[in-house]
Amino acid sequence: MADEVLFEFLHMEIVSHVYKEQQTNKGEMDSKERGQCISVLENMGFRVGQGIIERLTRDSPSFKDELDIMKFICKDFWTKVFRRQVDNLRTNHQVNVLTECDCSQKSYLAFSCGIVRGALSNLGLESVVTAEVSIMPSCKFQVVIQKL
Amino acid sequence: MSRQSNRATDSKKMNSELFTLTYGALVTQLCKDYENDEEVNKQLDKMGYNIGVRLIEDFLARSSIGRCQDFRETADVIAKVAFKMYLGITPSVTNWSPAGDEFSLILENNPLVDFVELPDNHSTLIYSNLLCGILRGALEMVQMAVDVRFAQDTLRGDNVTEIRMRFIKRIEENHPAGDKCGVLLNSHIFCTMKKIFNLVSRLVKH
Repeated sequence: MADEVLFEFLHMEIVSHVYKEQQTNKGEMDSKERGQCISVLENMGFRVGQGIIERLTRDSPSFKDELDIMKFICKDFWTKVFRRQVDNLRTNHQVNVLTECDCSQKSYLAFSCGIVRGALSNLGLESVVTAEVSIMPSCKFQVVIQKL
Repeated sequence: MSRQSNRATDSKKMNSELFTLTYGALVTQLCKDYENDEEVNKQLDKMGYNIGVRLIEDFLARSSIGRCQDFRETADVIAKVAFKMYLGITPSVTNWSPAGDEFSLILENNPLVDFVELPDNHSTLIYSNLLCGILRGALEMVQMAVDVRFAQDTLRGDNVTEIRMRFIKRIEENHPAGDKCGVLLNSHIFCTMKKIFNLVSRLVKH
């Protein structure tokens, strides 16, 4: 078992490395560079999410539908990755899935979004995952599933 | 005191797969960002150092371990307390040099390399070099300059993973005797404030 503090420091280092790497000139970053940073972090998370879901679903039966998948993501997957369940899952006609959880990832959310997107992708759902922190300790993830 | 440390160890455990995979994603990204393995090794060490200088604070607070009497005690604390606390493994301490300033940590299984295979074109990559940086950074914060390197690595075909640590010197600080704690504390407070400031400014930028 690894320790959370170590992981958080590692995550901070990853974020700071990615930002340093993308910054071409010394001055302020423009929005394009910032977008690239987010996308690099998101892609790293994506790969991690894929790996985790592969191992997590090894012995579970296949899922009925999208809602079934989302329930699995909110319960088992979320507990495994963020150590707590999603507090509140709201869906509107199975196109938008709004989830709320209390997590301490602060502004460093891109990586987490990538993890969720990677997991969903390996379960056959193409999605866009965004997250925002509205009231400080809680964080809202929005999962929009792309209909093919 | 024991109650407190129990609580801390219980609540801070996390999924080690997430940690291992995240570390893997980092190394992969570094390999993309830099031309050669040397650069990657250097960067991993640097990142480890940054983690180490902060991690020691957490370690001292949670383990409630005081100042070590000699390097042997330090070695034991690293293997039995620190590795146990942060990675959940207990490496063995062996191969002491006659002078008692150099030893090896033998890791039977290294959690960082759980799902890892090195491709042929990365033969000089020291995959777990982050650990060296962490040890170096953490010990530097308790006035010990050490040299840390990988002597053997299971990823490169060795039977065990061996981290070789050599004591270089005790770092003396230029301040009156008996004030060591105060200065250390001040520098930590300064670091923490800087961290908070950086975070806030980043939040504001977004």
